[in-house]
Amino acid sequence: MTVKDLVCSMEIDTEQAKGVAEFAGEKYFFCSESCEKQFRKNPAHYIGSNNHEEKKSDAKIEKKKRSTDLTEGADFLKLELPIVGMSCASCAVTIEKTLQDMDGVKKASVNFASQKAHVSFDSHKIATPELFKAVESAGYQVGGAVIRIGIQGMSCASCVSKIEKALQSTPGVLKASVNLSLEEARIEYLPELAGPEIIKNTIEEVGYKPVLLKEEMPEDIQKEQRESEYKKLRRKFLLAAILSVPVLIGSFPELIPFRTSVSQQARWIFLFLLTLPVLFFSGMQFFVGAWRAFRHHSADMNTLIAVGTGAAFLYSSISTFLPSVFPESMRNIYFDTTAVIVTLILLGKLLEAKAKGKTSEAIKRLMGLQAKTARVFRNGEESDIPVDEVLVGDLILVRPGEKIPVDGVVVEGSSSVDESMITGEPIPVRKKSGAEIIGATINKTGSFKFKASKVGKNTMLAQIVKMVREAQSTKAPIQRLADVISGYFVPIVIVMSILTFILWYDFGPEPQLTFALITFVTVLIIACPCALGLATPTSIMVGTGKGAENGILIKGGEALETAHKLTAIVLDKTGTITLGRPEVTDIISLNGMSPDELLSIAASLEKRSEHPLGEAIVDSAKQKQLVLAEAEEFEAIPGYGVSGIVKGNEVLLGNTGLMQDRQVEIENFISEARNLAEKGKTPMFVAFGRKLAGILAVADPLKEDSKSAIASLQQLGLEVIMITGDNTRTAEAIASRVGIDRVFAEVLPNEKANKVKKLQQEGHTVAMVGDGINDAPALAQANVGIAIGTGTDVAIEASDITLIRGKLSGVATAIQLSKATMRNIKQNLFGSFFYNSLGIPLAAGILYPFFGILLSPIIASAAMAASSVTVLTNALRLRKFKPAQ
Amino acid sequence: MNSDQIFVTLFGLLLATGVIWYFFLYKKQSVTAKESSGVQDVKILVKGGYDPELIVVKKNKPVRLNFYRDETSSCSETVVFPDFRLRQELPAFKNTVIEILPQQTGEFDFHCDMNMLHGKLIVEE
Repeated sequence: MTVKDLVCSMEIDTEQAKGVAEFAGEKYFFCSESCEKQFRKNPAHYIGSNNHEEKKSDAKIEKKKRSTDLTEGADFLKLELPIVGMSCASCAVTIEKTLQDMDGVKKASVNFASQKAHVSFDSHKIATPELFKAVESAGYQVGGAVIRIGIQGMSCASCVSKIEKALQSTPGVLKASVNLSLEEARIEYLPELAGPEIIKNTIEEVGYKPVLLKEEMPEDIQKEQRESEYKKLRRKFLLAAILSVPVLIGSFPELIPFRTSVSQQARWIFLFLLTLPVLFFSGMQFFVGAWRAFRHHSADMNTLIAVGTGAAFLYSSISTFLPSVFPESMRNIYFDTTAVIVTLILLGKLLEAKAKGKTSEAIKRLMGLQAKTARVFRNGEESDIPVDEVLVGDLILVRPGEKIPVDGVVVEGSSSVDESMITGEPIPVRKKSGAEIIGATINKTGSFKFKASKVGKNTMLAQIVKMVREAQSTKAPIQRLADVISGYFVPIVIVMSILTFILWYDFGPEPQLTFALITFVTVLIIACPCALGLATPTSIMVGTGKGAENGILIKGGEALETAHKLTAIVLDKTGTITLGRPEVTDIISLNGMSPDELLSIAASLEKRSEHPLGEAIVDSAKQKQLVLAEAEEFEAIPGYGVSGIVKGNEVLLGNTGLMQDRQVEIENFISEARNLAEKGKTPMFVAFGRKLAGILAVADPLKEDSKSAIASLQQLGLEVIMITGDNTRTAEAIASRVGIDRVFAEVLPNEKANKVKKLQQEGHTVAMVGDGINDAPALAQANVGIAIGTGTDVAIEASDITLIRGKLSGVATAIQLSKATMRNIKQNLFGSFFYNSLGIPLAAGILYPFFGILLSPIIASAAMAASSVTVLTNALRLRKFKPAQ
Repeated sequence: MNSDQIFVTLFGLLLATGVIWYFFLYKKQSVTAKESSGVQDVKILVKGGYDPELIVVKKNKPVRLNFYRDETSSCSETVVFPDFRLRQELPAFKNTVIEILPQQTGEFDFHCDMNMLHGKLIVEE
């Protein structure tokens, strides 16, 4: 017989049930002991919940109808969903259609301007998460708030699905996922409908205990732990240092002026007692660490120190307590060595901990920028809400001196905003209605209202943090060798130390055992695997962090390494060298047409175009308040121009190629066009009814810093090349104004990548700089793709390096930074290789046969401690990087 | 060479061979991730190393790695998955979840910040 397990709702066979319980004369069967246990705790709850399941869910909907503003209409519920990711009006249509096609949806309408979907649906047929999934499947997202709630009392995997189901049937909950091992749930919800309270109630209703979690970043917890660790380490170090002094003095009695008559053995026992706490309290962590690693068949720095100090201590202890084991000449103590090694290595660790904390400062600083609350207008009311609950489309007020909570567009008021923390631009930027603003920047003077356009993980700041975090996890290819070596390093050093011991014991001078032991310990102690492992990651962390401070986002170690090898750099003209905001500069009308008429006809046609030159023509017509006609049969011919029918006549607007192709006579006006082009303007012919009607010239002003930025790129030894779809004359005119010698002009958008390839075939390592949207294939083809942008739409994902500040000078800074970082990495790698490959033979006593010099293990431990601190300190020097002008 | 020296030499060489065998040649046991509701779950204890060290997972199915760091030793405070561009701090005595979607078969190393502790994610079809 099959029955239902009341706890996890699984269908089970009574014969195979793992648990049985009786309650009120009835027998109940369970799939597992834990379900049985759960049942026994509160049988009434499960029996009750099963029988009344239907009624209860009805009641819940009733309750929710009252507590939220779900509007009731017959059996239908109305819901407003904020949509993220709509870029054009056609997206709205797609979402509308997807929702409309769902069984149970009565009506769906999506408003592109307000970025919201209004859905009325049958709540019995569809739950909110299904609407949410449908929007996602159409390629968009519903912008909900996110909360994490801890859950106590979950005993098995079935609890997970039970809580998830309950949460997902709560109106306003978009997505709920429960993690058993973390004992927590992550819920996305619409704050107008559901809130932490409703979610908590839902969890309680199904029989579990919700606990509100304090939102803690791992970095915060880590910081606390690091601080307490640091204090512990300091205590251990101080004890070791204080005890080492008498141990050291006691080991050289001949240096003490007032000698006492204490016997040698008594003195040795006294030193043994002093060393004991140094080794087994202060130095205990080395032994614990070594043992743990040993169990994993691996060995690390702890292994080396534990074996080294352990051997010295053991030898000294035997000499002290069982002197007869060794011949008289070999009886000796090394308590001083043991104690001083522990002290020095702890000192090294102490300094290392301090320095390591600093390497991740940049990311901590970035995360600290996030605002905590936002002043939002909802339903005519103004209230402060946590920044996590801000939705796309919310109207937010920012007062002077406040931090801007999320990304958005100003709709009312004006102010100047300090964006230095995100873009590195030191001068506050003027913002008025229509301007884009970036979350985490600081409002200086005025107050304004803005509409949120990006929230949560989509904000600029969140993306920057993600990118920097990812970059810091990457490696530079140069590190590969160091990685391979450090994997084998410690066991190899152990083998070397054993061989050293054998050699000294077999062939060394008297007392052999003493020499063998000393060299054995010294080899172990001097080797420093840490320096090898730390060499690149620390430099990359500091370098990428420094970049972020300057508005330069570097994708990772590989981008850094390639960027410092660049030989050529291709700059896209529009938006990179120029502002990307072209303006109409000349209107030459012919054949009896007035300039305004010509502009009006051109603008009527271009109204349908998305090309920046077209926009310039339309803007100019609007400024002159010209009346525009409707264009029909509009066609854009990429690389040539546009065509269409205006006022019943065919209109062509474009370059020489287009006119020649359509057999429009332009012979007499080519020189006119050439003159315009030579001034850096882009001339466009307008033909009306296959007859030339005039020439419009459009020019895109240069960015302020283009000329100096290009000069500094050339100073870095790079060949600078300009690429553009513009005609050759215009392109050359602009190139000569900014000091560029080589130009690829009249390049169709899809050919840009080929031009980059051509340069690579010439043997160049090429960087391509563009806006990352229109030239994505060229950015991908280049060895390093650099996206340059202003505002929040920068294509961070598409490029290897992203410049948040729209200035071209950032390219030179990025290359300088990558050079500085790579230099730093090389210094570190060289230093640590050199140190280890020189130190180990020295420690083994290679100089002894020739000069009689033997390295003391104490010196070795000082060198070892110094080496990893040196690597870190060197990496931290990068923090002082300043872009050369 | 006296008998002491012969003994020390032989014992030393034996020890060195033992070190090489123990650290390099010893075959480690791998653990296959358990699958529940479409997610491959693995618990990893971090204590002087990663336990288990070799984790076998299936391609194209999300993997949830539950790291529990059972020590305060600074060596293990960060775990890095270079192939997945992931770097995660692991607070001591806490569970930290890392989610990964393996899209290629092969062996992918993960390690601590200093590349001293090692683990491997083995992705199979």
